[in-house]
Amino acid sequence: MSKRHSTGGRLLNREKALHFTFNGQKFSGYEGDTLASSLLANDQMLVGRSFKYHRPRGVVAAGAEEPNGLVNMGEGGRFEPNQRVTTTELFDGLTARSQNHWPSLEFDIGVVNSRLARFLPAGFYYKMFIHPRPFWKYIYEPFIRQSAGLGQAPKEPDADTYEHFYHFCDLLIIGGGIAGLQAAKTAAKSGARVMLIEQTGHWGGRAVVDGGMVDGDPVDNYVEQTVAELAALDNVTLRTRMMGAGVYDHGYVLGYEQLRDHLPGSMGPRHRLWRIRAGHIVTATGAIERPLSFAGNDVPGVTLAAAVRDYLVNYGVSIGQRTVVVTNNDDAYRTAFALHDAGLSVPAILDARTGLGKTDMRERAEARGITVMAGHAVASVKGGKRVTGIAVCKQEGAGAVVQEIACDAVAMSGGWSPVVHLWSHCGGKLQWDADHAFFRPDADKAPTGDAGQPFVTVAGAANGALKLADILEDADAGARAAAAQIGHKIRKSKSPVAQREEEAPLEPVWLMPAEAEVKLRSKAWLDYQNDVKVSDVQLAAQEGFESVEHAKRYTTLGMATDQGKLSNINGLAILSDALGRPIPQTGTTTFRPPYTPISMGAIGGEARGEVFQPLRRTPMHDWHAAHGADWEPVGHWRRPYAFVRDGERLKDSVNREVLNTRRNLGLLDASTLGKIIVKGPDAPKFLDMMYTNMMSTLKPGKCRYGLMCSENGFLIDDGVVARLDEQTYLCHTTTGGAERIHQHMEEWLQTEWWDWQVYVANVTEQYAQVAVVGPNARRALEKLGGMDVSKEALGFMEWADGTLGGFKVRAYRISFSGELSYEIAVDASHGLALWEKLMEAGAAFGVMPYGTEALHILRAEKGFIMIGDETDGTVIPQDLGLDWAISKKKEDFLGKRAQARRHMTDPKRWKLVGLETLSGAVIPDGAYAIGEGTNANGQRNVIGRVTSTYYSPTLDRGIAMGLVLYGPDRMGEVISFPGTEGATFKARIVDPVFYDKEGEKQNV
Amino acid sequence: MKRYSVFAVAREAARYHSGWERAWRNPEPKAKYDVVIIGAGGHGLATAYHLGKRFGVKRVAIVEKGWLGGGNTGRNTTIIRSNYLQDPSAALYEKSRALYETMSQDLNYNVMFSPRGVIMLAQTHHEVRGYQRTAHANALQGVSTEFITPTRVKELVPIINIKGPRYPVLGGLWQARGGTARHDAVAWGYARACSDMGMDVIQQCEVTAIRRKDGKVVGVDTTRGAIDCEKLGIVVAGNSGHVAGLAGFRLPIESVALQALVSEPIKPCMDVVVMANTVHGYMSQSDKGEMVIGGGTDGYNNYTQRGSFHHIEETVRALIETFPMVSRLKMLRQWGGIVDVTGDRSPILSKTPVENVFINCGWGTGGFKATPGSGWAMAELIHKGHGPLTDDFGLNRFREGRFIDESVAAGVAH
Amino acid sequence: MLILTCPVCSVTAEETEFHGGGEAHLTRFGPGASEEEFENYLFMRENPRGVHFERWRHVYGCGKWFHAARCTTTLEVFGTYPAQTLEPPKTLRAQISKKRPGWFWRGFE
Repeated sequence: MSKRHSTGGRLLNREKALHFTFNGQKFSGYEGDTLASSLLANDQMLVGRSFKYHRPRGVVAAGAEEPNGLVNMGEGGRFEPNQRVTTTELFDGLTARSQNHWPSLEFDIGVVNSRLARFLPAGFYYKMFIHPRPFWKYIYEPFIRQSAGLGQAPKEPDADTYEHFYHFCDLLIIGGGIAGLQAAKTAAKSGARVMLIEQTGHWGGRAVVDGGMVDGDPVDNYVEQTVAELAALDNVTLRTRMMGAGVYDHGYVLGYEQLRDHLPGSMGPRHRLWRIRAGHIVTATGAIERPLSFAGNDVPGVTLAAAVRDYLVNYGVSIGQRTVVVTNNDDAYRTAFALHDAGLSVPAILDARTGLGKTDMRERAEARGITVMAGHAVASVKGGKRVTGIAVCKQEGAGAVVQEIACDAVAMSGGWSPVVHLWSHCGGKLQWDADHAFFRPDADKAPTGDAGQPFVTVAGAANGALKLADILEDADAGARAAAAQIGHKIRKSKSPVAQREEEAPLEPVWLMPAEAEVKLRSKAWLDYQNDVKVSDVQLAAQEGFESVEHAKRYTTLGMATDQGKLSNINGLAILSDALGRPIPQTGTTTFRPPYTPISMGAIGGEARGEVFQPLRRTPMHDWHAAHGADWEPVGHWRRPYAFVRDGERLKDSVNREVLNTRRNLGLLDASTLGKIIVKGPDAPKFLDMMYTNMMSTLKPGKCRYGLMCSENGFLIDDGVVARLDEQTYLCHTTTGGAERIHQHMEEWLQTEWWDWQVYVANVTEQYAQVAVVGPNARRALEKLGGMDVSKEALGFMEWADGTLGGFKVRAYRISFSGELSYEIAVDASHGLALWEKLMEAGAAFGVMPYGTEALHILRAEKGFIMIGDETDGTVIPQDLGLDWAISKKKEDFLGKRAQARRHMTDPKRWKLVGLETLSGAVIPDGAYAIGEGTNANGQRNVIGRVTSTYYSPTLDRGIAMGLVLYGPDRMGEVISFPGTEGATFKARIVDPVFYDKEGEKQNV
Repeated sequence: MKRYSVFAVAREAARYHSGWERAWRNPEPKAKYDVVIIGAGGHGLATAYHLGKRFGVKRVAIVEKGWLGGGNTGRNTTIIRSNYLQDPSAALYEKSRALYETMSQDLNYNVMFSPRGVIMLAQTHHEVRGYQRTAHANALQGVSTEFITPTRVKELVPIINIKGPRYPVLGGLWQARGGTARHDAVAWGYARACSDMGMDVIQQCEVTAIRRKDGKVVGVDTTRGAIDCEKLGIVVAGNSGHVAGLAGFRLPIESVALQALVSEPIKPCMDVVVMANTVHGYMSQSDKGEMVIGGGTDGYNNYTQRGSFHHIEETVRALIETFPMVSRLKMLRQWGGIVDVTGDRSPILSKTPVENVFINCGWGTGGFKATPGSGWAMAELIHKGHGPLTDDFGLNRFREGRFIDESVAAGVAH
Repeated sequence: MLILTCPVCSVTAEETEFHGGGEAHLTRFGPGASEEEFENYLFMRENPRGVHFERWRHVYGCGKWFHAARCTTTLEVFGTYPAQTLEPPKTLRAQISKKRPGWFWRGFE
């Protein structure tokens, strides 16, 4: 059984008890506990069920590598699945529930899978559930899905907030163990801006658990002093609870800081995502102990040897009272000593090393009266939901049991693997270190930065230096090298010297016992969470999944939430052995960010809800909002779709706005339309290239409707161009096109015609613009008083500067509705005042504001095209009957050559026509006109499609525009548009101008 | 080849699965084949498979510089749909989708095709009209889709927020028989079937030269020796530009990184695929329980299989906006794939300037869904020199200005 | 996440401040050009693995276009230079040769 001791626990504040629940049961722990340590303190060995077989599982590790201890945590808007118990700091009121079982953790029906394990080997689902076909979707898959997944899905919106930080430093050191601390200490002397981050809440890493002497003092003192020294330096930033989550190209690092996970509900953001730009990065991320692969190595109570020490030293918790240590290296002896020194029983150390002679560690063990069984191994573990004993065998051989030992815990160590993730994220390569049986960073193949320079250095255990003295040396050297990389010199100084402990070499043990029979191999776990056993990886090799990526994907090894931190190397070794090739030749899978899972909330940051994206408002925005605007997003703008009055349906509002504009007076906020100034001696020449029309001949004071095509020939934008003076034009663009067209112009000016003297400025937001539309438009403006807006003074397609109602304005006599129409531009800051004044002046003339939908209908009634409706990126001006706007005189303009290509001049291109339904009904949006028969692929032949379709309140019938094969030559013909709901719409091909064909109304 | 079935698994269980044979042979290259396919990804393997099944062409080698299925086949978000706008695309993707329906049975390999349904959200009026247009086109193309209301969207996807403050859901284009499949299994199933027909899947074999004589292909040089062939298919996705260079022609292609990510696994909460193009993100839940999420591409040429993190931020923000619960999940893993993007964002299945060399590339961000259809069509192109499904996808379209532009219907990567 | 230095305003900044603009040094073909010339100009791309010359715009900075020489397999940036050039500057080409002996790009080496 696991329990808390009355003494010990260097991280605990025993003065402060904390209360929490696990599966509804009340427990208590202390400040400083993790959820794992406090569960173990309460003898809660069983913490969850595995993914596939629903095997009972206990905590196996003490840190971020833990694969088993995952819980549903919190309630409501703070509920979160898959929280790792080993890294969750205990707080008062914590609620946790175990995952992946039904009906309860203790009695889980799903455990039947475990009984069926032989029928469910790696990749079983590829071989089964094939027949009958519908069963996969309706029976097999729902069953598999139901049994998959771990934690519950959150249901409520997140109650917490998140934020992003930027940080710039010369050296970023990741990992606050002694390697990171020493590296920071050395590097700080150079004067470089150093940032040191540590993923846990504590400095010192493993060293403070394992002990040792530095410069004659206990290592605790060294850590304390170093942290104090660093904290006092101006050029050093220290952060705990902050993980280096990922290393990206050119020295970009993602830091993940957990600010309030241990203080839920307190003020401030829960997580902070740091985007760090570092001149150079030192990863001092330590190493992770590997499990040993023996039968039953997943029974709760079988724990990593170093984790056993962690729980004892940090939290005063022992996992077992009688613990067998099984190892292939010296380090695990420290666990035996720690347990023994705490008064706990260690019946034996099974040291699998066959050639183990008299070693220092062995002597120290035997001096304590601990039996060391050299060349011995665990044959199998006894017990179901907790360990009750082990069967011992020789490591060499097939597992013949030589002895059984009663125990309630097994501490295992298969050696250590440097944490090379961050080194590898951005392309750092690894080399196999056969002496230590691990992959370590290959310093000659570091990830390279923007100038091709190496930008990551590895220090300490992460670099393969596992002993205290080596770690400090390596960290000091690493920091010097890193500082030198970025041009900082560090004067020679004495670096701390740690006491050396002699260690005998490790012997790689990938399977225990070496010749284990299949019965044992199929109980020896590699990946705990995903239930991948030695036999699974061997099966993958047998079936030809020889690449490490194949084997991983076939077995799911290393694909669980721990991403193979415990299993990858063990699995790789088994695969290599099965294929009869050396480990380095098999290679590793790719390390991908993040190091451990990070919250989506943190990645999203502040930008959510109303501030998800920037919102652009015209000066009249608030007025619209106060007057019933039903909004339509257009780019980042919002434009009123219609102004809805009390008791009105949306479409009634639209119809009212259309009719009122035709009969009386309508006001449209046109401020969002793009306005681009093009100025300079070569402006006329430039616009002749940008537009299909001839703009150089436009006279100052006049306006011209222009079309813009891409170099590929397609129509991309349209708008009215006004010539302000000889060298200055103002180009109107569509609302969505302002930025795009501005950039388009800049691109051509800067990269093709850079010797042309033209300056381009986007002044869209400098002006508010109001369209004053309808038969009463002139009267309303005259009521405002000021400039002459008569037909004679300001003719159609002319503009003039002047004043109206005391405002300095520019008035354009242009029309997108076919009505008498003025667009009045004013400084943006006067926009609202002008609008209100126009509303006031127009009151006598029946003024009403109108929205984008009325705008669309008004233009459709007149047969005006709309970019985005009549065009979709595949339409050229010729398709739309706009040949009149394409200059024949110009030698060149953007799109001209493209429009000469075979397909562009094909007479079979669909052309714009008007469409009038025989019944007066409205053709559905997007409908296609059908032709005869089918094409070679059996699809119905089509001869056209609708591009705009509306109910016209003016004509009281459905009107549409569309692109139709030979359309303009087929006036009067009737074609059919099938709807999607059975009805077919018959429509006559007509002229696209439905209203005021002669254009008299706009000319009055 | 030993057939896979529940009975076979039970039989093998009795002897601890010691009797399973290799899923595909590991052959040495022969001196000559009728057809060599470069690239043992899904498309290359499917091409070989259909050459054998449809036309009896079985002296085929599929040569692969890495390991089969190791490129984009194994790093996409597994979405299958055919709700394309333009006729040629709809024909090809619908053929493909139909082949997915029976693929597990055809290959005797469970590829877990899950026709759970795909919704493309309409979040602007413009998108509403675009998807209504697609629904009309699909009806005439024999592709079963419908435009559905926000209420229906919410019924299908209870975790969605249809009333977001910025981009409320206005409707959706729903393809009930769209869905997902297990990507690796598609490559493995095809490799096993090809191997079973006597074709050679040759991994760790990089093509270093394409030998030509009188404007015709005669063979390839590889890191495992020279191989002669009558016909050559190039099916190498992101590496197309490089391999085309070996054959002496250029392509209208740029290779960029596309990123994806998965969350930690959770219990089933969403059993359809949702794509939100206005906010740029899409998400489905895998059979393992992970939320599989895809987003945008980088704006520069890249062969590193890594991308820039700000795209991940944008994608995750979009998904939190659409599915607020995502905020409380954790990102487990992110990765990138190199996608080959053409001038009109549609694929190329085409003859080339070199006689008897055929190329299949340019699938951009949407290649997985096309795997079986692409193989079906490409096999016909290689065998006959043309075919109704490939005729519109020729290289000549760029010269003629005859583009297949799907941007109206699909504004985002997938 | 790339870092680039704008040669116009000399600011070194994150990729998010810039906008990629595809292959550099394309010669425009207009009316009168052959089908092949026009197709090559608009669509055919080098798309190399290795040394590449490309266009960028400092879109959230000075707004200017510029050129960059970059490796597409390591993302190393060899240098940036103004857009108003018809070919990569000689000094830059020499620098690239030092780092990538034997490089080749559309006739330049």
